[in-house]
Amino acid sequence: MSFSVTEPSPKTKWFAGVMVVGYAIVTLLPLIWIIATGFKSPADAISYPPKVIFEPTLEGYVNLFTERTRATPEMLEAAGPPETWYQEIVRGQDMVISGPSRYGARFLNSVIIGFGSTALCMILGTAAAYAFSRFRVPLKDDLLFFILSTRMMPPIAVAIPIFLMFRQIGLNDTHLGMILLYTAVNLSLSVWLLKGFIDEIPIEYEEAALIDGYTRFQAFYKVVLPQAATGIASTAIFCLIFAWNEYAFAVLLTSGTAQTAPPFIPTIIGVGGKDWPAVAAGATIFLVPVMIFTILLRKHLLRGITFGAVRK
Amino acid sequence: MAEVRLTGVTRKFGDDYGLNDVTMTVPDGSFVVLLGPTGAGKTTTLRMVSGLDLPDTGSVFIGGRDMAGLTPAQRDVAMVFQQYSLYPHLTVRENLAFPLRSPILRTPAAEIARKVAEVAETLQISHKLDNKATALSGGEMQRVSIGRALVRRPAVYLMDEPLSSLDAKLRSDLRVELKGIQANSGATLLYVTHDQIEAMTMATHVGVLDKGRLVQFGTPRDLYENPVSVYAASRLGQPRINVLPADVFAGAPQGASTIGLRPEQIHQGEGEDATVRRVERLGDQTRLHLAFRNHEIITVTDAHTALRDGDTVKIRPTAAFYFDAAGQRIA
Repeated sequence: MSFSVTEPSPKTKWFAGVMVVGYAIVTLLPLIWIIATGFKSPADAISYPPKVIFEPTLEGYVNLFTERTRATPEMLEAAGPPETWYQEIVRGQDMVISGPSRYGARFLNSVIIGFGSTALCMILGTAAAYAFSRFRVPLKDDLLFFILSTRMMPPIAVAIPIFLMFRQIGLNDTHLGMILLYTAVNLSLSVWLLKGFIDEIPIEYEEAALIDGYTRFQAFYKVVLPQAATGIASTAIFCLIFAWNEYAFAVLLTSGTAQTAPPFIPTIIGVGGKDWPAVAAGATIFLVPVMIFTILLRKHLLRGITFGAVRK
Repeated sequence: MAEVRLTGVTRKFGDDYGLNDVTMTVPDGSFVVLLGPTGAGKTTTLRMVSGLDLPDTGSVFIGGRDMAGLTPAQRDVAMVFQQYSLYPHLTVRENLAFPLRSPILRTPAAEIARKVAEVAETLQISHKLDNKATALSGGEMQRVSIGRALVRRPAVYLMDEPLSSLDAKLRSDLRVELKGIQANSGATLLYVTHDQIEAMTMATHVGVLDKGRLVQFGTPRDLYENPVSVYAASRLGQPRINVLPADVFAGAPQGASTIGLRPEQIHQGEGEDATVRRVERLGDQTRLHLAFRNHEIITVTDAHTALRDGDTVKIRPTAAFYFDAAGQRIA
């Protein structure tokens, strides 16, 4: 029998497999529960003991996207038979649809603010990281530490001053305000992460491009950026996840036009506090964009996490 | 093609001199090889000419134009880097085309294809054109790196040990090839190497650098036959010049501290006794390691010599170099 020092033994592999599967179950279970709850009826959602097997319904999703009013039997009679499947579901609750809910608009706000701040953060972060990595910046170490230090307190600690500031300059409850705020919070992490990635790119590539007839900016654009793609992608995921999930600032600084989905989702539960399926449906849909974004960039993310672990 | 002139170029790195008051003229169409050990300032000289690094004092002229304030792109130079510096995200073809696509040249696509194919042919990398630059062996990377310079017709080619990681066969092929390209196109070439065969075979001029100073500049032959110092003499010659105390042989001039003897300056068959320590048969020549009054001397003798270890040979210096205590040539 031959042994290899680097190849793990079958026993080790089996153990590692069990650990990974176990960990996956632990992390995925809440996710699966939320998705399942979205397809339950309100009664099933809060039943005890919890129901694992249940009859799926789209009631939660219909409730999520509609505003409904309670109707008397006479009114239902007068309205005639339901024309669509979702009207039928609503009729089953003795209600009629009075209009679309605000979930769509809130979701769109999340998309605009989340992706907007991520994009802005990547542009500013890459530029700053490149400058810190390549140029002789006066007080470089102090500046870098200062940038990092903005991350050392919980962002919410400055919520009140920011609220007052935003109110003064009219950024309260605006997309621009939220994009700027999330960019500011994420920028320190971005600059530090991206500087690490750019430091790893040998300067000789740019020098070769300069000699080959390109300007500094063109060299940056054509040579540095493609090689920093991995770093930019993984940093973008971190930024998007923060901006997407952020709750505290969103509650405090948005109420209408620019309200994002996180503060809106709990309000879906309704007056009676029983519409858990609609909340779960809202949460499920809310998960999708980040999931797609992460899956699209997952190759970069994996490489990003292990990047720099080995010195060349 | 153009003449390159450095006047009083000094560049300090902290307290150390990268270059110390270097003045040198690389004539138009010449092939200048810079010699010197690591840290002598060879690469720094190339970086000064290319504009990747700037002199603290002094000026660089290319084709009579002062290069002060000009970017590397504006200087119209091509450079082969020691570490290859191929763009890892591009294929070999794209790497070779990269300089031609620059905003300064804006070469038409057909022209690019033609030039890339031509250079790839010369450097024997045609079959690798569609490989990623990272999927090449060291020697192939180096060839692509040379090719990226050769696709252009710049004012000056700068090459930093371009043949160092090639195998012997390819190295000698490319030596001939490079010399041919330079001779045919009339290109000006500034070339850094450790390899004295490259220096002797390709150079029209050799510059010897020592701790940032240019100590000698001239034709390879001039440098070999008329070195200004022990240091310069040691740069060329295989086996290396033997340096002994001047008084081991009679007839040293006044003030001589050491005597320098190249193999051909050691006349065998008459003079004083030396003992053969080792005989190295290299095929075309045979090297003798001699013990002479507690000093070791390495010289060359007939390929089919009958000498063996322990034999005695008579030797006598002929037209030797004499150096003073500081290593400067005095006779």
